[in-house]
Amino acid sequence: MAKIVGALTTSHIPAIGNAISKGLHEEDYWKPFFQGFEQVHAWLDRVQPDVAVMVFNDHGLNFFLDNLPTFAVGAATEYRTEDEGWGLPVLPPYHGYPEFSWHIIESLVEEEFDIATCQEMAVDHAFINPMRLFWPGKNPPPIRTVPVHVNTVQHPMPKPSRCYQLGKALGRAIDSFPEDLKVLVIGTGGLSHQLDGTRAGFINKEFDLMCLEKLISDPEALTHYSIDELVELAGTQGTEVIMWLIARAAMTGRVTKVHSHYHIPISNTAAGVLLLENAA
Amino acid sequence: MPLYDHNRGDIPGTTIFDGKEAMKGYALNKMCFSFNKAENREEFLRDEKAYCDKFGLNDRQREAILNKNVLGMIAAGGNVYYLAKFAGIFHLDVQDIGAQQTGMTKEAFKAMLISHRGA
Repeated sequence: MAKIVGALTTSHIPAIGNAISKGLHEEDYWKPFFQGFEQVHAWLDRVQPDVAVMVFNDHGLNFFLDNLPTFAVGAATEYRTEDEGWGLPVLPPYHGYPEFSWHIIESLVEEEFDIATCQEMAVDHAFINPMRLFWPGKNPPPIRTVPVHVNTVQHPMPKPSRCYQLGKALGRAIDSFPEDLKVLVIGTGGLSHQLDGTRAGFINKEFDLMCLEKLISDPEALTHYSIDELVELAGTQGTEVIMWLIARAAMTGRVTKVHSHYHIPISNTAAGVLLLENAA
Repeated sequence: MPLYDHNRGDIPGTTIFDGKEAMKGYALNKMCFSFNKAENREEFLRDEKAYCDKFGLNDRQREAILNKNVLGMIAAGGNVYYLAKFAGIFHLDVQDIGAQQTGMTKEAFKAMLISHRGA
């Protein structure tokens, strides 16, 4: 049976992609950020997951406002990257796993999560940058993927409590797949940041550190916030922390922290990394 | 207040992109979404006004685009994820547009971000 080996969450700031392409890892601005991934690399080397279920939010590459699903699951053999408009490189496509995708889709709909399904999907920096951070120099990494898109472009966004339940259902879906697979659940986005309005540049360190702590020990605590409260506390784009909550909620066993890292700022954002291991 | 209006004025300097904003900004956001493609970015640069007309921008949206006024675009229903694609045409990153919106220099804006580290 498939087994969830861990949840791995990170910020996905576009500037990271440029820094990787330009090899800026040792520069003063970037070094404290990239150092946060060394323990992640060691853990991935040791655990060697087979599949990554990637919970992320499209930023207007695959979806536009003409047809914007709240939740969508990819079911393609590969996921292409495309020009996003501001200079990140187009990379070779990522490997899909459509049989596993359809198993997850069936299981989620059975549990009354009426998700959209996508047999084609272009993935943007929210998918690509975490992949490049976790598996440096490997484009694509040696892992099959199932993308799970969550709308954070337009309100109403799904409530944290609903995201938590989706994560739980996702965990049960993964656990019930009858193949011997090591599955990593990834959540990308956040932490606190705001790009728009005269409040641009808003960061809330205290709130971020609280989230990092609660995600380990008491993720349900985060389900009591409304999305509007998250905007107030974490900034307009800080709502992306719901991706972290979904990934965390998918874990079905005894959860222990392997590593966390927090750095202010990368671009306009407080950048976080959290790696949790899932023991049976 | 209808359910689709999230902007109750309680978060300073913030416009929540809800149904009301989405209705208002559709043409502007659709134009900016088109900038995912290089040929559209080039077509825009060849004749900015004609490209705005092609997408049916209203006067307020058009003026904000022609003046590269980000707060004006947001007031006209723009969503920052699409606006970022417009900004990319001019090689402006999110710190450039953050500085513009807050009335700071880019250096001052970056220093403000670093100050969030605290003690």
